This record gives sequence, C-alpha cells and structure tokens, in this order.
Amino acid sequence: MVKKVHESAAAALADLKSKGVLRDGMTVLVGGFGLCGIPEHLIKALRDTGVTGLTCVSNNAGVDDFGLGLLLQTRQIRKMISSYVGENATFEQQFLKGELEVEFNPQGTLAERIRAGGAGIPAFYTATGVGTPVAAGKEIREFYRPSDDTTFHNRTPGATSGTYAQMAPKVAPRGADHPRRREYVLETGLYGDLALVKAWKADEFGNLVYRKTARNFNPMMATAAAFVIAEVEEIVPVGAIDPDAVHTPGNYIDRIVKTVPEKRIEQRTVRKA
Amino acid sequence: MPLTRDQITQRAAKELHDGFIVNLGIGMPTLVANYIPPGMDVWLQSENGLLGIGPFPSEADVDPDLINAGKQTITARKGASYFSSADSFAMIRGGHIDMCILGAMQVSQTGDIANWMIPGKMVKGMGGAMDLVAGVRKIVVTMEHNAKDGTAKLVKQCSLPLTGQNCVHMLITDLCVMEFDQGKQRFVLTEVAPGVTVDEVKQKTEAEILVSPNLRTVST
Repeated sequence: MVKKVHESAAAALADLKSKGVLRDGMTVLVGGFGLCGIPEHLIKALRDTGVTGLTCVSNNAGVDDFGLGLLLQTRQIRKMISSYVGENATFEQQFLKGELEVEFNPQGTLAERIRAGGAGIPAFYTATGVGTPVAAGKEIREFYRPSDDTTFHNRTPGATSGTYAQMAPKVAPRGADHPRRREYVLETGLYGDLALVKAWKADEFGNLVYRKTARNFNPMMATAAAFVIAEVEEIVPVGAIDPDAVHTPGNYIDRIVKTVPEKRIEQRTVRKA
Repeated sequence: MPLTRDQITQRAAKELHDGFIVNLGIGMPTLVANYIPPGMDVWLQSENGLLGIGPFPSEADVDPDLINAGKQTITARKGASYFSSADSFAMIRGGHIDMCILGAMQVSQTGDIANWMIPGKMVKGMGGAMDLVAGVRKIVVTMEHNAKDGTAKLVKQCSLPLTGQNCVHMLITDLCVMEFDQGKQRFVLTEVAPGVTVDEVKQKTEAEILVSPNLRTVST
C-alpha cells in the first residue's frame, strides 16, 4: 500500500516543490467554515514553504492571526474566492490598497462549484444570484423549477426536434398556479492544484470521517484538487472504520497527517447557568 | 406605538408551524428561536451543515466543532443531523426549507431584497443569503421600517445591489406587517402596530403598496 501517513504537516509538504505540486501562482482549496474545521497546521506548513501568488478558495479568510489570516499577513495570497470575509482586518487593509483580489461567490454556489469540479461537471445552472451583481456577464437561461417539472419540460427548452422532444408529454407542467419558468445563471465547476482539508479521523488508506459542523466544505474540497492532504486528529488501521461510516473514500486522499489542533473559537456563546 | 425589536421577533414567530424546517438569519431573526411556542416542533437549519439546532451550550458543553452560521457555539437537538455545505445548500436551493427569516437594508415593491453590500463601503460578502432567498419556500423579512435617518427602506426600486429579486413573501417591521401578492406583484398591508395608522405607514413608505380590506392590529 502507498504510504500516505506523514509525520507532520511540514513533512507532508516537504517534497512537494520538487514534485511540482507546490508552485507560485497555484490554486489552493482550504476547508473550513469560519475557524471551524480548518486544517490549521497544514496552513502554517504551507506558509513556511514560502510559496506565493496563491489563489485561495475558502469560504472565509480566517482571522488576523489564525487560519488563512497567517498567509495574508505574509502576503502569500494574491486572490481569494470566498463567500464572506468579515472577521479579518488584514484582509480589509490589503483589499482596500488593491494588493489583494477578491471574488465573492454565494456560499451555496461556492460549495456546488467545488462539488461539480470534483464530479467532472464543468458548469451548472442555479437560481442563486440572478438579478444581482453575481450574475453580471454570465449566461442566463430559463427553466422550470425541477419540483414543478415532473413531466420533464426542461428536457426541451426551445427544442423543436430530436429524441427528447418525442419524450416530452404535451401537457403543461404541474403547479398550474406557478407554471412560470424562472431564470437561472450558469456557474462553472471549480478545481484546484492542491486541497488542504481537515477531518476528525482517518484510516491509513485515507478514508475520512468528519465531526459535527467541522465537516462543512471539507468533503467537496477533498474531491476537487490534483493533490489532497488531510489533517486529522486520529489515524486508525485500515479496517477500523465501518465502511458505512466513511464520509470521504480514501482514494481521494494523497497524504494524511495527524496533529493536535488548537480549535480556536470565534464566538464563544453559552447559556446562562 | 411602533413595535420593539422583541415584538417584531414575536410576530415573526407566529409564522412558524408545527413540523416546519426553518433557517434564521444572523441578528434579530436568530432571536425568533426564543419564541417558538411550547409543544410546537420546529427544526432549525444552520447552513454550515446542521439540521436541528439546540440551545446554546453550558460552559462545560462548549464544542469548537459545533457552531452555527454566525460562528457561535451551539448544541444539536435530539434527532439532529450533520451534513456538508454542498448538501446544506442542496437542501436550501431544492426547496426543502419551509421558511427563512432574515433582515434587509432595502426591499422593493416587487419583492426584491438588498442586504449584502453598500457601494463604497468595505464589502464583506453575501455568505449564504443569496442561496436562501433564491431557494427557500417562504421568505420573511424583519427590519426597521425606516433607516436611522428616516429614509424609506421599502422602496419602489432598490438602489443597493440586490441579494435576490422578486423573492420576499412577507415583511414585518416596527410599524406593520405586509404580505406579497403574487398576482398583483405588490405588498399588501395586512396589520398595523397599535396606534399606527395606514396614513403613517404610507407616509413612511416609498413603495406603492395595497391595503387589505381586513386590516388588523398586530398581535404579538
């Protein structure tokens, strides 16, 4: 079996420059929502490799001194693709000075772009963002909502002939009150050169199990990059994870590293005793 | 007397039904959870991957791996489920969430909503708001009827960049409740706060609105 387990985050990245995986200007997918479920040691190790000009795909940008904020401080990130970056003053300064490029994606569109990228789907239509700045310059097309179209009219948008037309029944779609088509915007799949993900547990093949809401973007990112490294809290022998309990199958994972994460909390909120 | 933030929240909670799957926006909408009637089974969804939000944890139960969309530590209720962000937004876009309550900076007379950016100011991002307004079955907006400087927030056309178009079903403000009429494509004033007149609402609203023949006083 290929040895995937590495001794430390630094060791997991050590030979990746010589292998051509790590290079300036590359696109890196980084899992997590806020500071929850981020590969915190892999982020530090990536910083220490000195690679620059990165495009980082991550829902958020960390805080000033933790998570992706560390790579912002050292100016290794050229561009962020995110849905929300509210908690980071370094980010704001660099953005306002024009040193950092930002592409905002609606959170669900970002998640689906990554899912699609990993699933070999180059583009998809979504209603999210129609009529907003997000849709500017993108292709718009009308469809029925899938839930209004159990008679498959979406199979023949404007088609006059062909196999699908013969399949489509000649009755109006269900939902007579709202038979209107609505507009959808074409969004593209997203795939990276490297993905850094965080899971709770891995076996030595790379089967991953996530924990609670630390799952978030990690499962899709694990499928959507040429090289994928997983940071986990526990590594067990192959066979120790029930196949029914595996969230990410091990074939997606190139390297595994066990760490003791700090797991910083952004908004510690407790109920009154 | 205009409604207090608490009363707006209580009025919004009246839109809940037994068995509803609901997503609550950050801020005032989050507080709706405090007014779920006893005995009513409502499932709160958090777009970072949880169906079945429970109360805030005790100090001993704080878990960094369990947060809500506002990044607050929370708990999961009995019967809860965790899932990925892709699955979460499939649930949202696919129409599997019954209701979303969220705030707004502007709402237009045709049901457009703007709540994510002000040109010239630092943009923090839309998060999941655009997906929620595009996919959830019923969109309820809670907001102050007017901005702090008195300008109307219910306008003919949003001047701010949109979060979604033609998607708001209900509007609850400190002055009134309005429901969107899909056929007439206008909001209909259905309830006014105690002591608030139709004229006052109209005067403080830029949008063209309709008035229900069954106009009531808001009860919270």
